[in-house]
Formats: sequence, structure tokens, C-alpha cells
Amino acid sequence: MELILGDVPWIVVLIILPLTGGMACFLFPAISKSLGLLTSLAVVACVWGLGWQLEEEGAQRYAIGGWGAPLGIDLYADGLSLLMLVVAALVGLGISVYSCGYFSPDKANHFWPLWLFLCGALNALFLSSDIFNLYVTLELLGLTAVALVALADGAEALTSAMRYLLISLLGSLFYLLGVAFLYHSFGSLDIAILAQRAEPSPAVWAAVGLISTGLLLKTALFPMHFWLPAAHACAPTPVSALLSALVVKASFYILLRMWLEIFPMVGTSFAQLLGLLGAAAVLWGGIQALRQTRLKLLIAYSTVSQLGYLFLAFPLGTSLAWKGALYMLLSHAMAKAAMFMAAGNILVLGGHDRIAELSSITQRLPLTLTAFTLAGISIMGLPPSGGFIAKWLLLQASIESGQWWWGIILILGGLLAAAYVFKVIGHVFTQDEPTRQAGTLPTTMEWSALVLALVAVLLGLFTSWPLAIMEIGSPFGTGHSG
Amino acid sequence: MNWNTALPLLIVASSLLPGLMIFCLPENRVVTRTTLNLAGALLKIVLVGGMFWGILHGYHFETRLVLLPGLDLVLRSGPLSMLFVTLSAGLWLITTVYAVGYLEGSPYRSRFFGFFSLCVTATTGVALAGNLITFLLFYELLTLCTYPLIVHRGTEEARKAGKSYLAYTIAGGALLLLSTVWLYTLAGTLEFTERGFLSGLDASLHPTLMIIFAMLIAGLGVKAALIPLHGWLPQAMVAPAPVSALLHAVAVVKAGAFGIVRVVYYVYGIEFSNSLGLTLPLAMLAAATIIYGSLRALFQDELKRRLAFSTVSQVSYIVLGIALASPIATLGGLIHLVHQGVQKITLFLCAGNLAETLGIHKISEMNGVGRRMPWTMAAFTIGAFGMIGAPPLAGFFSKWYLGLGALDAGQGWVIYILAASSVLNAAYFLPILYTAWFKTPPDSWPAERSFGRKETAWTLLVPPLVTALLTLALGLLASAPFNLLEWARLIVSRGFAQ
Repeated sequence: MELILGDVPWIVVLIILPLTGGMACFLFPAISKSLGLLTSLAVVACVWGLGWQLEEEGAQRYAIGGWGAPLGIDLYADGLSLLMLVVAALVGLGISVYSCGYFSPDKANHFWPLWLFLCGALNALFLSSDIFNLYVTLELLGLTAVALVALADGAEALTSAMRYLLISLLGSLFYLLGVAFLYHSFGSLDIAILAQRAEPSPAVWAAVGLISTGLLLKTALFPMHFWLPAAHACAPTPVSALLSALVVKASFYILLRMWLEIFPMVGTSFAQLLGLLGAAAVLWGGIQALRQTRLKLLIAYSTVSQLGYLFLAFPLGTSLAWKGALYMLLSHAMAKAAMFMAAGNILVLGGHDRIAELSSITQRLPLTLTAFTLAGISIMGLPPSGGFIAKWLLLQASIESGQWWWGIILILGGLLAAAYVFKVIGHVFTQDEPTRQAGTLPTTMEWSALVLALVAVLLGLFTSWPLAIMEIGSPFGTGHSG
Repeated sequence: MNWNTALPLLIVASSLLPGLMIFCLPENRVVTRTTLNLAGALLKIVLVGGMFWGILHGYHFETRLVLLPGLDLVLRSGPLSMLFVTLSAGLWLITTVYAVGYLEGSPYRSRFFGFFSLCVTATTGVALAGNLITFLLFYELLTLCTYPLIVHRGTEEARKAGKSYLAYTIAGGALLLLSTVWLYTLAGTLEFTERGFLSGLDASLHPTLMIIFAMLIAGLGVKAALIPLHGWLPQAMVAPAPVSALLHAVAVVKAGAFGIVRVVYYVYGIEFSNSLGLTLPLAMLAAATIIYGSLRALFQDELKRRLAFSTVSQVSYIVLGIALASPIATLGGLIHLVHQGVQKITLFLCAGNLAETLGIHKISEMNGVGRRMPWTMAAFTIGAFGMIGAPPLAGFFSKWYLGLGALDAGQGWVIYILAASSVLNAAYFLPILYTAWFKTPPDSWPAERSFGRKETAWTLLVPPLVTALLTLALGLLASAPFNLLEWARLIVSRGFAQ
């Protein structure tokens, strides 16, 4: 057992497996559903294998084809990558199960190959240790995501997909320019080597600016969030879940990686700027979410708000703050995927997602509604939930570092979240008769939402495992520890 | 896992599991649902009894689970915990029996009883919490589970009350969270300790600690309905009667008052809070709430609304007793935690009986109702006299010890507050009793349901009679062995330096 687990290069398998699966789905559309599900399950198993390997042997570096950096390309996995992989694998499995019931056969033929390619791109992104390689994966991720958004019918979906494509390309372009600056200055693309060589210079400042702009655009940090609500709300439900839970976090991951490894010399003023934008996102996203009249748009704006939390860790900069931000990322991914799925169920059965008219549909869908509520608890950051733990860690970090005002933002964000979540939940408790409209949902669609929401809540009680993952290879340095 | 570590968790689980099972039941499985409800309630009482037995035999019960590095979820059997957990477990059984009768035939009962059980789970957790974060966790859970109960009827008014409840309590919870984290970063621990864990901190931190104290009290004061944070409570009386009982007597306002006891005695320590000069403002706030609540109650014609303002006033007796920083006053406050619960639940259940049986919601409709429903009104009368503080009922002892304690603490003005409040209590309760017993009944009641020769269904009648008897017993047997007073004395003796 140990021999097998220890010898398999899980890092490579994790990238090749979904790409092969995607190809197979493309070639054999008749069985694409089973192939897709199988691949998602296998990815979870492989992540588990990699996790086992990391726990035994610490952070892993794998030289592709035996040619290591600086000549060849390295793959690298530590606790940070593993955490992202776990999130992607678990949410991915949930989305695969959900999609089995969601798509018509015609759409499914397009969906499965694209989704598995996207999954491969995500895994590759989390495992790359080379900034050009990261560009490639980012581009692949962006293109598959745009194609997935375009799967929805209607002109509105096409317009938002088109806008998403342009933004995505623009973001990648900024990023690529920044990479060129770095390569020109230091002659390497490998993150570890850059970390040793990088020192402040005008070229580096330009690179930091370009890379950050590109990535923030893709992460939809306020005020560059304008493309997100339309794209996330118009997409088919599994795709909305995918985009909000995973895709926006990929670019955040790259930014975090670079921040921790290459940019430590960047002054605090830039960190403060990121924090400030994050705070603005928390408040603006929350207020906009509260003003929406359609459920999916409300959830999309909630994503804008929740993404802001992640950036509050930059001005704090302690290991505790990073852990809090990552915990937020983890629980938000689960909760937001569950929320979008719940909204999708309501949309499928009721034919609309106008919040004011939800009452008659929700009575028919107790499981979906439970999923929405549980996910909502995590989004609001009330205990017990992953969102609460994240908030606790960030609050503690902000008070310990004396920058208590970020804590106030956290609290205000939570109050806004409570307001918009209960705006929806309030519609359950009315005297309206349940709709008699015919139609049922596949149980898989209700249960996948519920299970993901439950995970988000349970993350508030079982914290040791995710926190232990984050420690592997000490990605946040050995400085201040929680 | 042996009994010592499992029992507190089991006590919490004894209502959690039935609650979760009830959610899954179809609407028409009445018998299964009632069985689950009663089995859970009885099991909880048995388990609490077992815990008492253990404590008397020198055992110590504690469940400890790691939440975050250095921060545990702790459920523990301290004397104060036992006081509250016994109260809520006992009153829950009574309220459950009542709720089964009250909601007979109404829709969404699985949802109702599911959340009902979760509420009691949260209250038990609040009672047994061994540190501030565990307390916070269950306190917030309580907010979440009571909301569906308040809006249960789904009317526009109920939903408005629910919104207001959430706005108050979630904001209060946010304050509580912020101050808890702040305390943790300063003290490095959140474990409830007899006589507090903060007095050892550096003197330069004292101003910060005073701010945190104010934030904690404000956060808890929302549920304890201290002015000006009481606005949600009178609105929430649109909820069904068992829920009002739960809000006013068993769970919500009690959790707030209990939290204030925890903060003053087990986080700051009474001597330390006193030396920081924090207790006098708290006592004055409580006194103001007592008078304000009573004054507002005077002018309400709606029975449940009058009772709600009476709660605003009465719960502050507990806070007043705690804040006077004298052992005797604390004793008064602690026994009032129990007395207020037992008396107020009686009153609300009786009000529910009037509404369910005769359709009476207003005091002006109660003319001669004592002749139609003598047992209900007898229970109501006992509860009302208890609230006024007439001897030998339970409420008398609360006021007696509060008054003695005020003199002991050298705060003579409190006597005037107590006297004024008693006069006001009499002024808003006696007219109700007069109307009910001595006025001529009308020819027909607003919406009468017939129960044959009985005045109302037995499930509705027995619970308030039991609690009325308890009110009598708590007063008459105040010095019997194993009484409440002794137990409260034990808690107090540990809270003060000898």
C-alpha cells in the first residue's frame, strides 16, 4: 500500500487524468456522463493520494521529463496547493453529480469535455511552479470558462460570455506582460529561482503592477468586478457554481503565491491598497446583493462581497491572517456552490428566480431550502460554520496586529450578508399555498447542494484537518504562527 | 469516552437528535412526532437528574472538543450551569406538552417542532458552555432557531416581527463576536473561571477591558431586553403562545440574562468589575429598564403585549441583582432567574389558553372570564401575584433578597426602585384580575371552541397548572432540603472572596 501510494507521481496524474477524461468525453459522447462522473471521483482519489504523499514526505517538487528548473519545467505541491486541489476536487465532484441531472443530452455533450478540461486546467494551475506555465493554465481556464458560460441559451448569456472573454483575455495579457518583465530582469520563470533573485527595481515594480492588475481583474476585486455578476448569473447553474466557487479563486491563488514567494519586498502601501479595495468590495458587493430582485444575481453579488474578505489578509500579512483567508476561500467555495445549486433547483422547478415570488416554489423544495439556509449560515459567518472560523481567524489577526478597522469591515460584511440571506429565507415563511405546478427534480440535484452546504457548516466544527493541510511545507513562512 | 466526558454532550444531543428526526417526518405522523418530542424531553430530564446525582457524589462532568488550536468547545457541569439547564429542561417538557395541544391540526408542525427542539438544544448548550466561545456558538444558534418559530404563522405581522428580531439579535451577536475575539487576544483564554480570569491583566489594559465589557453587555443586553435594546420583544409576541413561553421564560431572554451573569462573574469576576466601576452603571441601566418596562406595560390593552413589557421589566431584576455586587443581591438575582421563568411561563400559557379557547386577545375582552375558565384564571392569578411579589409566592423571595442585598451593598436607592416597581406591577396586574373575576361575562366570547364539560383541552390546562403549583412550591418550600436557595447560595459563595 505504502509503496504504491508513495511511488505514483500523483502530481502528474492529477493533470493528465482530467484532460484525458475530457478527451474521452469528446470522443464518446454517448457515455460522457459516466465518464465525467468517474473522472471526478478519480480526481478526488488522486488528491487523496497526493495528500498522503505530502503528509509523509512534505512538499513535493517534480521535474517534468526529468528536466528540472532552470532548464525544464517543475511542478510543485505544498499545503497551499493541496488545499486548493482539495477544494477543486470536492466542489468538482459535487458539480459533476449535480450536472448529471441538469443538462439536456444535447448540452451535456458540450458540457462534459469542457468541464473536465477546466478541471485539468485548475489542477495544473495549482501545481505549476513556473510563472509562464501559470499563464498557460490561466488561459486554458479562461477559455473553457467562457465556453461554458456560452452554453446557456439567449442573447443575454452570449453578451455576457463575450464580455467575459474580453476581460479574461485582457487580464491574461496584463499578466503575460508582467511575466515578460520578470523574465527579462532575472532570466528565469521558475518561482523558487525568482524568489532568490528578485530585488526591487523599476522593472519589478512594473511587473508587480501588471501582474496584479491582470489577476485582480480576473478575481473580480472591486472596482474590477463589473463583469462578474452578469457572467455568473447568466451561466447555466453548474457553471455559475463552478465560476463562483473555483475559477475566480484560481487567479487569487496565483496572486497569493507570488505575494508570498516573489513579492515580499513590495511595500506595505500596496498591501494596504489591496486591503482597502477588499473592504470596498465587501461593502459594495453586500449592498448590491441586498438591492437585487433576482436570486442568481444576489448570489453573484454576494461572491463579489465575499471575495473582498480574501484581500483583507494582505495588509495583515500574518500567518494567522492567511489561514483565515484560505479558510474563507474553502468554506465560501463549498457554500457558494451549494447556494447556486439551490438557486438552480428553484429556477428549474419554478421557471423563474424573482425573489419576491419565491414563496410558492420554496414550499415544494424543503431539501433545497435547507441547503440554501445552511450555506447562508456559512456566508453570514455565524457559528457553527466554516465562514465563522474564517472570520474568527481574520478578526483575531486584525486585532492582534492592531489594525482593528479590518475587523469592523468583517463585522459589517457579516451583517450585510445576514440581511441579504434572510431577504431570501424570509420568503419561506408565508401563508402562500405551495405551487401545484407539475414537475419534479432529480434527487441528485437536491442532495448535491445539501451535501456541499453541510460540508460548509461542518467545517466550523472539524477544523484541525484543513488547518493541518495549510501547514504542509509551511507556505506562509515560519514567522508569526497562530 | 466515559460518563464523565459524555454526559454533557448527551444532554445537548437529547433534544438535537429528536429535532433532526422530526424535520424528516411527514406532516401527518402525529403520534411519532409527539413520541419523539416527549421522549427527548423526558430523556433530557433524566440525564440532567443523573448529572445532579453525579455532582452530589463528587463527580465532575466535562466534554472538551478541539475547535481551533488553543481554543476548545467545552460543555461543563458547574453549579450555575446546573441551575439554568434544570430550569430549561423542566420548562421545556411543560412547554412541549402545551405546544402539542396548542398546535393540533395546524400546518407545518414538523418544521415547528424541529426548530422547537433545536431551540432547546441551543439553550442547553448556552447553559452548559464552559467558555465564552462555546457560549457564543450556542447563543447564535439560538438566534437562528428561534427566527422560524417567531415567523411560524407567516402573516405579514409575524414576518415583520421576525425581521426586527433578526436585526436586533444579529447585530448583538456581531458585537459579542467582536468583543469575544478581542478578549481572547488580550487574555489568551476564554475559559469561564470562578471569580473571573481578567483581574491579572496589566493595569494599562483596564480602559480597553471597560470598553469590551460595555460591548459584551450591549451584545447580551439585546436578548436580555435591556433598554434601549428591548424593541424586538414586544413585537415578537405575535408568535404562537408556546413560542412566547420559550422566548420569555425558557430560552431567549434567559440566555441573555444568563450571559450577563457569566460575563460579570466568570469572565471579569464581580470584584474586578466592581473595582473597574462597571457594576453601578449596569445596575442603573437595569433599574431604568425595570421602571420603563412596567410603565409601558400599564398602557397595553393587548394581554400578550402587556406581559411582554412585564418581561422587559422583570428580567432586569436578574441583571440588577448581579450588578449590585453584594452576595445577597446576587442570590436574589439568581433565584429570580428561576422564579421569573416559572411565573412568566404560567402567565403566557394562560394567555394562550384564553386566545385558543375563547379568542380573547385583549384585556378589555376578559370581562368575567374567570367564571368560564376558572382553572386557567386561577393559575394566572398565582402567576400574577408572584410577579407582584406577594408572600408566600416565589416572586416575594426574589424581591426580598434583592432589597436586602441593596442595603448590604449600600445602594439604598434600589429599595425605592423595587417599591415603585412592585406598585406598578400591582397596577398593571390587579386590573386584569379584577376584570376577569368580578366583571359580568358577555353573552358570547369572540371565538369560542367547545371542549364539552372541560373548560379547555387538558394538554392546554395541565401545563399552566403545574407551573402555577411550582410558583407556590418555590415560595412555600423555600427552606426545604435540596432547595433552590441553597443551590444559589453555593454559586454565590464561589463567586465572592471569602
